[in-house]
Amino acid sequence: MSEKITCPACKGEIERNSLEANLKVCPSCQYHFRMEPTERIAYLADKDSFVEFCRNMKSLNPIDMDGYEEKLSEATKKSNISDAVVTGTCTIERMPVVLALMSFSFMGGSMGSVVGEKITRAMMKGVETRTPVIVYATSGGARMQEGIFSLMQMAKTASAAAELDRAGLPLFLVLCDPTTGGVTASFAMLGDITIAEPGALIGFAGPRVIEGTIKQVLPEGFQRAEFQQDKGFVDIISPRSEQRELFVKLLKAHSESAARNAVPAANGGKA
Amino acid sequence: MTSKKVTSRIEELEKLAAEAGIDISDELKKIGAKISETSKMGKAWQRVELARNADRPRALDIIDNICDDFIELHGDRYYGDDPALIGGIGFIDGIPVTIIANQKGRNLKETMARNGGMANPEGYRKALRLARQAEKFHRPIITFIDTQGAFPGLGAEERGIGEAIAMNLREFSQLKTPVICIIIGEGGSGGALGIGVGDKIYMLENAVYSVISPEGYASILLRDASQAKNAAAMMKITAEDVLSLKVCNGIIAEPEGGAHLDPAESSRLIKETIVRDLADLMPRNPAVLVRYRNQKIRKFGHYTEN
Repeated sequence: MSEKITCPACKGEIERNSLEANLKVCPSCQYHFRMEPTERIAYLADKDSFVEFCRNMKSLNPIDMDGYEEKLSEATKKSNISDAVVTGTCTIERMPVVLALMSFSFMGGSMGSVVGEKITRAMMKGVETRTPVIVYATSGGARMQEGIFSLMQMAKTASAAAELDRAGLPLFLVLCDPTTGGVTASFAMLGDITIAEPGALIGFAGPRVIEGTIKQVLPEGFQRAEFQQDKGFVDIISPRSEQRELFVKLLKAHSESAARNAVPAANGGKA
Repeated sequence: MTSKKVTSRIEELEKLAAEAGIDISDELKKIGAKISETSKMGKAWQRVELARNADRPRALDIIDNICDDFIELHGDRYYGDDPALIGGIGFIDGIPVTIIANQKGRNLKETMARNGGMANPEGYRKALRLARQAEKFHRPIITFIDTQGAFPGLGAEERGIGEAIAMNLREFSQLKTPVICIIIGEGGSGGALGIGVGDKIYMLENAVYSVISPEGYASILLRDASQAKNAAAMMKITAEDVLSLKVCNGIIAEPEGGAHLDPAESSRLIKETIVRDLADLMPRNPAVLVRYRNQKIRKFGHYTEN
């Protein structure tokens, strides 16, 4: 018998093994537990196709903030990753993609120099290799310990997204619980197609900050994936078990339309 | 000011001690170190207070001082007009420019009407509309930044404040026209950056630029809201700090004691910088301008790969 875990949504007890076999989704209420990059890679990528890049990239504490280096090494020890995003290339049903997956357990998925640079490089890899880019976002926002540099990562990742956009390559965003702050106000909202996991909290200002501003309790479901779809900011809400299949369809649609458009160009513009 | 007084008293004391033949140099060294530490902390906070000073010239004051015939343009064409983020066309030294700016209020009534300079999504979308218009008609863009941040309200979230800022960051990076951004007071977070991507970034001498307010940093990371003064120094948010971190291109001097003591002179110094930079930026090939702008943005960050 494996360890029992209580679902925070339905309070039901789930065995760890069966939760993991179910992609960390509660079998009774479909609550989506948070998931680590390695777990997502195992589900999404074709077997042994994932090749990581920038694995050892580390922050250099750009504003000499006291205690930041200790925080980083603690987080690295716990998670076995060097910062809050894992980047690489892989195939999904033999179709190549660039993959960037954030980890909320690494300092709340906050974006500092490393997250900004790795997201930027993932997008540039897409431009260089003419490959679609998939980003799984989850973040509490900017890495405040990096001061103004954390803010500048918003500009940097948005500039990279602009280049990907102008190069005519698709950016697929999957917004996971939670995606807030500076990540929402930069690359996370710049996808050609925006997908969200069910129930994910998605917003710029955190719910407590908003409650403090309006001096009211927020309505049920505010800033959740379903709310964001209703307001027009999310294309698809996709349960975890369906995401791989969804990407197969989207990537096919993209590669087919790219192939059709390539024909006239190959004939020197003549149909 | 106070630390200056203390320093002059210490000098007096030094003289008296020397006359009396007593050696107190070790003690004085300790006091000196303490003073410089305290003043560094105090200096950052002093800047925060000056940046927030109620009498500090607002964007529209500066526009009035440096522009002939400013024509304000309203609305984002989707939802409404945001009085917290204004824009329009004006002439600076005869050169037509598009100006986009956060506008705080000068009194309680105006502050309420302008939401304290905290913009909603329609403000950022208006900014983008006017920026694209400027690009279309080959007008340079000047932005004046002065906000605590974007408005953290219910409607702002419903209408996609995150998407609005994100789109501005992406699209301002690609504008084929010169963009000069000047932080005139508070440069707070994504709300400031939403009109802060450009070819040249300047800060007024007493302006601050930060990812979160010192109060926010203190309460979240130091878990003590009363540590805001400390946080202000730790976060490196003054114009000198930001310049030394190479996040801005230069500092625009203010009249002695702060811009609020001589708004006309402060505006003149701002205009001088703008006119000089326009002469430099306007002849540049737009494609080269965009390439340089993005190269600069991509360099932000400090990391190692080993």
